Amino acid sequence: MIITKPKAKEAVLSMLEGYDKIFVLGCNSCAETIGTGGPEQVAEMSEFLAGSGKTVTGTAVIDPICHVLGAKRALREQGEAVSEADAVVVMSCGAGVQTVSEALEQAAFPALDSVFLGNVIRHGIYDERCSLCGECVLDVTGGVCPVTRCAKGLLNGPCGGMSEGKCEVDPDQDCAWALIYERLAKSGRTEKMAATMKPKDHSLHRKPVKISNR
Amino acid sequence: MGLAEALSSGRFVVTGELTPPKGVDTGEMVVKAKDLAAIVDAVNVTDNPSARMQMSSLGGSAALVGAGVEPVFQLTCRDRNRIALQSELLTAWSLGIKNVLCLTGDHVMFGDHPQAASVFDLDAVQLLEAARGLNEGIDMNGNELKGSPALFAGAAAAPEAEPWEAQRIKFEKKIHAGATWFQTQAIFDFEKLDRFMTVAARHNVKVIAGLILLKSARMVEFLNAYVPGIHVPQQIVERLAGSDKPMEVGMEIAVEQVSRFKDTCDGVHMMVMGAEARVPEILERAGVKRD
Repeated sequence: MIITKPKAKEAVLSMLEGYDKIFVLGCNSCAETIGTGGPEQVAEMSEFLAGSGKTVTGTAVIDPICHVLGAKRALREQGEAVSEADAVVVMSCGAGVQTVSEALEQAAFPALDSVFLGNVIRHGIYDERCSLCGECVLDVTGGVCPVTRCAKGLLNGPCGGMSEGKCEVDPDQDCAWALIYERLAKSGRTEKMAATMKPKDHSLHRKPVKISNR
Repeated sequence: MGLAEALSSGRFVVTGELTPPKGVDTGEMVVKAKDLAAIVDAVNVTDNPSARMQMSSLGGSAALVGAGVEPVFQLTCRDRNRIALQSELLTAWSLGIKNVLCLTGDHVMFGDHPQAASVFDLDAVQLLEAARGLNEGIDMNGNELKGSPALFAGAAAAPEAEPWEAQRIKFEKKIHAGATWFQTQAIFDFEKLDRFMTVAARHNVKVIAGLILLKSARMVEFLNAYVPGIHVPQQIVERLAGSDKPMEVGMEIAVEQVSRFKDTCDGVHMMVMGAEARVPEILERAGVKRD
């Protein structure tokens, strides 16, 4: 799940300076699931914009906006509601905003900040567990990712700041390497931890990454 | 005699520590370094400690070389990628710096630029491997160097950190990566020191035990709250708090620590933060003989 956080409504309003007719677009995937860009938030945003003197030409919550072809089709289906708008406020992750800016002439503005790839622990509680690093090491780290869950992303064990199994950065946060050790010890596989892990090969996932299977 | 020779001679080694200025005036640091040099074997030059921005450890180390003082160049992985780290190691050697302490680095959140990006392209184990490669005449990708260094690479150890087994594995990885000497985090728990030394004794490495001179109960509260990896036990806090001369209690504690380290370790790393003048007294009262 891509975890997003709403920007302050005033910040969205200041992006829209000089734009009067606004279309508000939500995403029915991650943003709807975590309650940042579903029907309810889209309605709330359009009410706020209307109350701030803007004309809302229409709203929609569409299939994952990151699906470029599908999103383009869904935007076309909106007809004049979209074509008459000067700007689109997009309540999705940054990938969705960029689908819209590619699909339309009009300006696309982000109403959310995209924060991380998260696990939904329970509704409203999200944890970052994967950094999309391109070289998964979970096979040797007991299924706990040090790239993400160690504040320093260390690959070869805990730093000296580990204290009673907690992280130097936040005493309420488990040290990833303490968790890894614990998991490996339970299954008698701590020798996995003794093997030195090589530095990451960042040449394998240079930004912007593209994959083409066609 | 350099640090490597001092450690291999088998005598009890003493190292000190200075932080480069936040600014360009190295005058005070050089004066302190010269004073320290009279009583220690080498002076560590810290690398933006606690992520507070200062003059670089490389610059500070070079200033010490210029003043005829043997530096230990501390190099952390926090602020530089592998290109910069290797580049600094080569530069260090060319400036006459022999000793390098390969460190992970405190997190940026502790410092005065918490908005900065943390790099950690390498970790301390991988940095040690990189330094070993450079000593062998190749960079991390196997490219040949034109002239290679002979850096004396050491690392840090955290004997008191729990869970110890996780820390023990990392300590031994550092040894396998080429660290031949260690400076430890400040040690207050002698049982944990013994636990650590039992592991160290299985390897051909030298251990310089860390000591922080405690000056007041307030200072200890600060250390416990804000300095990663340091845990001063409550019993010591009470000893300091219960005295109207806490500095002298701190001196007593330091003497107890050095007396213990003298029998179990290869040296002591004195972090006295401004009280450099008291170092000879600590060593003398602990029975450390210096030539």
